[in-house]
Amino acid sequence: MAEKEKTKIMFVMRKAAHGSIYAYEGLEAILIMGAFEQEISVAFIDDGVFVLKKEQDTKSLGVKEFSKTFRTLEDYDITNIYVDRESLEQRGLSADDLIIPVKVMEAGEIAKIMEGQHVLLPF
Amino acid sequence: MKFGILIQDGPYNHEASDSAYNFITAALERGHTIQGVFFYNDGVYNVNKLMDPPQDDRNISKRWSELGAKGIDIVVCIAAAKRRGINNDVIVPNVRISGLGQLLELAVESDRLITFGTG
Repeated sequence: MAEKEKTKIMFVMRKAAHGSIYAYEGLEAILIMGAFEQEISVAFIDDGVFVLKKEQDTKSLGVKEFSKTFRTLEDYDITNIYVDRESLEQRGLSADDLIIPVKVMEAGEIAKIMEGQHVLLPF
Repeated sequence: MKFGILIQDGPYNHEASDSAYNFITAALERGHTIQGVFFYNDGVYNVNKLMDPPQDDRNISKRWSELGAKGIDIVVCIAAAKRRGINNDVIVPNVRISGLGQLLELAVESDRLITFGTG
């Protein structure tokens, strides 16, 4: 694969952190696939924006708290992290409420980036 | 065209596994290639050999095993499988358990990766 163009893979996170396993297993997939030197990006849309909410406390849910793990994405050179502005606003959130720095974008801009991907992985 | 298939939902409860199977059958009939199938999330339950549905219903794990016997590479994610009690003792023949690196490989090598069943 040395000379081949890198495959552009976007993870599309649409579900809240808890209530289903999609966000958590999505994160596991990001971390593994981030180690393979392809071009990985992540978009948080709809309830997916809750995944990055600061100060999550899952004690009373009895499930693992994994939001802090998103801070390690930087170590994998995954810096293209997009958040849909409207999804944030509809849920009373802003970029300041999120645990990592992100690029807040309009849906149309994210759609354009999606068009440029080879693969979209929904979680 | 070379298709990669990702299945994220379990058998019977929703249609994802059936839709994926029907898509693959139709694609093969039209001369396309199936580069591989990857099971993630609850999708790993699709290859449990212990499933024993009523005789007038389809046996989903048997169908995947039959596709595997035709030479299609069918891979179950080890991390998702371990969490759900799926191991080599309970999977049907002609499928294998491996890591998420295989999904990446599938994504890289296929012309299109088609996903079925994100809730």
